[in-house]
Amino acid sequence: MSRLDKSDVEKIAFLARLGVDEQDMPEYAANLSNILDMVEQLNSVDTDGVKPMAHPLDAVQRLRADEVTEVNDRENLQSHAPETAEGLYLVPRVVE
Amino acid sequence: MYNKTIAELSAGLEAGEFSSVELTQVYLDRINSLDEQLNSFITVTPERALEQAKNADIQRAAGNAGILNGIPLAQKDIFCTKDVKTSCGSKMLDPFISPYNATTINKFNDSGAVMLGKTNMDEFAMGSSNETSWYGPVKNPWKQDAVPGGSSGGSAAAVAARLAPAATGTDTGGSIRQPASFCGITGLKPTYGRVSRYGMIAFASSLDQAGPMTRTAEDAALMLNVMAGMDPRDSTSVDEAVPDYTANLNDSIEGLKIGLPKEYFSEGLDDSVAKVIESAVKEYEKMGAVIKEISLPTSNLAVPTYYIIAPSECSSNLSRMDGVRFGHRCKDPKDLNDLYIRSRGEGFGPEVKRRILVGTYALSEGFYDAYYVKAQKTRRLIANDFNQAFDDVDVIMGPAAPSTAFNIGELTDDPITMYLSDIYTIAVNLAGLPGMSIPAGFANDMPVGLQLIGKHFAESKLLNVAHQFQKETDWHLKAPASFK
Repeated sequence: MSRLDKSDVEKIAFLARLGVDEQDMPEYAANLSNILDMVEQLNSVDTDGVKPMAHPLDAVQRLRADEVTEVNDRENLQSHAPETAEGLYLVPRVVE
Repeated sequence: MYNKTIAELSAGLEAGEFSSVELTQVYLDRINSLDEQLNSFITVTPERALEQAKNADIQRAAGNAGILNGIPLAQKDIFCTKDVKTSCGSKMLDPFISPYNATTINKFNDSGAVMLGKTNMDEFAMGSSNETSWYGPVKNPWKQDAVPGGSSGGSAAAVAARLAPAATGTDTGGSIRQPASFCGITGLKPTYGRVSRYGMIAFASSLDQAGPMTRTAEDAALMLNVMAGMDPRDSTSVDEAVPDYTANLNDSIEGLKIGLPKEYFSEGLDDSVAKVIESAVKEYEKMGAVIKEISLPTSNLAVPTYYIIAPSECSSNLSRMDGVRFGHRCKDPKDLNDLYIRSRGEGFGPEVKRRILVGTYALSEGFYDAYYVKAQKTRRLIANDFNQAFDDVDVIMGPAAPSTAFNIGELTDDPITMYLSDIYTIAVNLAGLPGMSIPAGFANDMPVGLQLIGKHFAESKLLNVAHQFQKETDWHLKAPASFK
């Protein structure tokens, strides 16, 4: 019995805004279920009182002075976008 | 000329035996005539390379040449290179011409090195065989039915086939060391934070690290001298002094304490690979090292821990590929969700989709603690094991991979078995430690890599230990028959 079915994959794919072909859904459901089964073994490990490790050297975020350091490079950066106009990125209309 | 190391080529340039333009042309010609067999490059940049070579020759004539000046290198296509396509092995970024340079690229440019082109890789560095690349698989120069390993498979194949004297790679779970092992070259993954990640397209930000892929440990030291250092543009780069990594290469290893984790020599390891590793360890014993069996009891947790942390971080990092600011956009999106969903659906391949889905699930409401936080806890247990082991030994050794290179198509239907090919490398990333793979011999005519693992920031020690082995053995000098 698979842990996840097709409708679960559909839900996850929508959360990720990720197109998955209808015919590939069962395979992804099986793949994902197998991966989740594999990671299941972590549940048998006692981790009470263990501090989660976010950075391998336990470093914390470095801060810098709040000063302008970068130049405005909008034209160069936007030249790589699929669609722009007047300094804006264009997407389909979101507000009617 | 193309069999020479960076150190030898640099001496040749300095002695005036050849110019950088001539040297660069030799490699461009080899890529041109031989890479059809391997597919190790996604983009070759001959004009830019010859221009850089010409400038390098001028610099040298003016007496301003450092050791990498005029040396041709291949760059993994994960590093942003200004005005050059930077695809990361993905259809998503096939249209992406980078508007800026990664810090690593800037550093190589400043050193006077020449870029030959951008090497093939698994899509967004997710893969262990280079088969997930949108640009097709790379062939192993030792046997063209076999994979070169991944994700830095193009870099490994190019260096092994003498299409470049050296290349860069990146390593999130073994992506430098496993292909180095499969292709019979030297690969170093530095300590997490040692090399800047700025402009290196992110896969799993708490694990990713760039490093050199070379033929010798000495060359790896020369490359790391340029690559290492704090970068204000990478908030996770570490402010730790950068030593001269060549300074200790010739130190004696008499009395060096080597730990062999018993878990790395148990079930799952090919007998033929085990034999090669055992004889490499004997070689170290002959050189005066002391061998000690150790235990890393949480070794079995590394793969499951990794396959929560890496996909979670990847699903977050890859959300920037949205078809709005750069990269692939679908045709005629009917609304904003359609634009996101189809652009991403068309742009990403199956393995990347798999990992985005796993990561999205693990981070979704109600599951975050059970998966991601749990994995961060087991991650600490894994790191603690290493810390404890390093109380007793200087360096840990074992195989870099459980087998030699498998065949193209052999594991593609079975993601989990594919994941297990990184079983000995993944824990090192989770603990943020430096690791190397060096050529240690052959099993069934295919190269086998010996993995060396060191304490945080012990790159100099690893390079020393690797260099001493390469002084006593010649495995690192072997070239695949068709590319000699």
